[in-house]
Amino acid sequence: MSNKQDAAPSGGLTRRELLGSSAALLIGASAPGAAQALTFRDTPEWKPLANVAVEPVDENAGWQFFTEEEAATVEAIVERLIPADALSMSGKEAGCTVFIDRQLAGAYGDSERLYMHGPFQEGTPEQGDQSPLTPQQRYRIGLSALDDHCRNEHGAAFAELADEQRDQVLTQLEENEIALGDIDSQVFFEIVLQNTMEGFFADPLYGGNRDMVSWKMLGFPGARYDYRDYVERHNEDLGLEPVSIGGRPDWQAQG
Amino acid sequence: MATKLPPTDAVVVGLGWAGAIIANQLVDAGLKVVGVERGPWRDTAKDFNIASVTDELRYAQRQELMLRTAQNTITMRNTPSQTALPMRQWGSFHPGNGTGGAGNHWAGITFRFQPEEFRLRSHLEERYGADSIPDELSLQDWGTDWDEMEPFYDAFEKVAGTSGRAGQLTSGQQDGGNPFEGARSSDYPTPPLRQTYAPTLFADTAREMGYTPFPVPSSLVSETYTNPLGVTMGPCTFCGFCTNYGCANYSKASAITTVLPALIRKENFEARTHCEVLEVTTDSGGRRATGIVYVDSAGRRWEQPAEIVIVAAFTFENVRLMLTSNIGEAYDPATRRGTTGRNYAYQTANNVQLFFDDKNFNPFIGGGAVGMGIDDFNNDNFDHAGLGFFGGGSTRVTPIGAAPINARPTPPGTPRWGSNWKRATVDNYASTMSIGCEASNYSSPNNYLSLDPTYRDRLGRPLLRITFDFTENDLRMAQYVTEKTAEIARRMNPRQIVANPRTGPWDGRPYQSSHVVGGFVMGADPGTSSVNKYLQVWGVPNLFVVGASAFPQNPGYNPTGTVGALAFKAADAIVNRYLRNPGEMIA
Repeated sequence: MSNKQDAAPSGGLTRRELLGSSAALLIGASAPGAAQALTFRDTPEWKPLANVAVEPVDENAGWQFFTEEEAATVEAIVERLIPADALSMSGKEAGCTVFIDRQLAGAYGDSERLYMHGPFQEGTPEQGDQSPLTPQQRYRIGLSALDDHCRNEHGAAFAELADEQRDQVLTQLEENEIALGDIDSQVFFEIVLQNTMEGFFADPLYGGNRDMVSWKMLGFPGARYDYRDYVERHNEDLGLEPVSIGGRPDWQAQG
Repeated sequence: MATKLPPTDAVVVGLGWAGAIIANQLVDAGLKVVGVERGPWRDTAKDFNIASVTDELRYAQRQELMLRTAQNTITMRNTPSQTALPMRQWGSFHPGNGTGGAGNHWAGITFRFQPEEFRLRSHLEERYGADSIPDELSLQDWGTDWDEMEPFYDAFEKVAGTSGRAGQLTSGQQDGGNPFEGARSSDYPTPPLRQTYAPTLFADTAREMGYTPFPVPSSLVSETYTNPLGVTMGPCTFCGFCTNYGCANYSKASAITTVLPALIRKENFEARTHCEVLEVTTDSGGRRATGIVYVDSAGRRWEQPAEIVIVAAFTFENVRLMLTSNIGEAYDPATRRGTTGRNYAYQTANNVQLFFDDKNFNPFIGGGAVGMGIDDFNNDNFDHAGLGFFGGGSTRVTPIGAAPINARPTPPGTPRWGSNWKRATVDNYASTMSIGCEASNYSSPNNYLSLDPTYRDRLGRPLLRITFDFTENDLRMAQYVTEKTAEIARRMNPRQIVANPRTGPWDGRPYQSSHVVGGFVMGADPGTSSVNKYLQVWGVPNLFVVGASAFPQNPGYNPTGTVGALAFKAADAIVNRYLRNPGEMIA
């Protein structure tokens, strides 16, 4: 922040006011984007929409974290976790792999917000996840080990197996019947299952849930915020079309 | 080395419900007050904007409003013989961060504790015999009573605009409210919220069975309301993005929607955000707090001297700060001596799921505190003679919304992926409801808070260590109240019910409740409590520690109404007693 902002007029949001202390001069600039210590007095400055920006994922930007080979394996997994059927398109078609790739490339991927200090030690199940591996590492290690396993046991990479074989391998992972070496197979399966479901059911903003497919399937109306007219319409199909944070296709100007 | 700042009259640690309320009362009494908050300044229009707040991934999954465990977390174990390990991502509870604290993403349920609660040990001994309380429970009285608490509950509800219907008024009983509540000096500030289908069906059935359903008291206001501070709130729109989210509609009461907009405009108040308090400093004899030391986001340390120090952070940080500042004697479960960390308690969360074929609950319509409940099996509202336990729970249906990353109920045995998973998910999404039973959790000598010997936060300070498990008393209680809840569920005639009484050991992974209480409890005896009934620390009369950390045990109710009442109670004592004669208010 510049000195000019430091000396912002009272009544707004200012840098620390130190009540006349000369120590104010000692405060250095923090790294860009770092949280700033701030003093608030009177009416805080109002910056509309300053903190709301979640940029919609660009589906055509290419893989941000996965290699081509990794992406192919993930596509082959999410296509079986959420298969195409009469109810919906598949997890692959809905964009779950794009979702996972973008999540891994962001703050989630390297556990930036989590307590990741050691010692890392095995605890009781109730003490929760104690793995030192970040989500990025879980995918990188797990996907590679999964392909090694499939080549050894089935003679082909996971993505090249038939549907039934893929289902069988996924079931074995879920039930901890395959050893993946450097990662516990259930730890790997659980993160892939969790992220796949997140991608399928989250707002389409994040790259999955294409055309709000899962919301239409369930009858979830999405990012609506006012049901006052519907509260007391009990046991009735309200026929509400879903809306995403980005709106709805039919709201866009045509032509 | 900390740089010393000019002194102030009072410094308040934490700007959630408790800190904001006390700061406002002290400023109104003419004191200069500095509020210090470890997180950011939060504002509805900026942080919870209606165009972006309806985002389940961001708020419920990635927990954007919650304290980041990278900043601070806890370690946990079930028994004193185990090695505690850090909670690396929040599971069982969701501590908040920033102005408003956990009061931004709370549900809004705003019960008053019942009159017997404040003298629970005495009450149970009188009703069931002097030897009736088992050794595994360290229940105790609060050192205050209903008559002393009631005006402050009233003050809190008026600030929050709480909606509901009184069952007991000092002027007499009223139909449609909770018959078990303590007599109220006035009705709720706003009328009850309207109800969706699931709570309505539950209430109809409960009524047929002879119980007395009432609208869950809710700090989601039901109509436009202007509180005594001049702050206006708008009616709840039942958007279903409520618990875990900030409210975009100015409908859910929090410090940022009801107190801070007025307080920040007052000349004698200043808020410092992104400043984490490291220590409460004391004089050489430890008889007087001299101020606080905090670190700002650039890593610089500051000492803020103050005449009065008020610690009003979340339960965990209140207790950790007292332990790291050597206030009081740390509790030792082996000798049962010491009070700092003593009587940590939680909530015993139970539920029953109901799967129907022929219903459409439109579960996405709702809010954290929209619903109907009964108190017939709560606390000591039923005869416990011969049951083998004390306590009970608030039985209720509160549809909080149904955003589908998390809200996808299916019967046990359903696959977790594949076409059969998808079929079951679709079939049950709209036709499933659940009845919760939020039950008491009674303190026990082996459940306590202490400093972890191994794990440290990013500033090098020990993490707080939780040693906790459910007692035999609470597990028996959970079975009983869940069976009573299941009886109502069966009467509602679903295709299938699934009863989920809480079982041990306490599991840190699934979310249960953020109602962590105790560790710096209030009472009349300095041997078993840390603060007196004015929330004044025994032996350090200019230090006040306020919050759910003061609860000696937890009844079958949500804590926030009582946290707010205790904040008003402490502020009243400071303004009307302490300032006139600074010193120990109870010798």
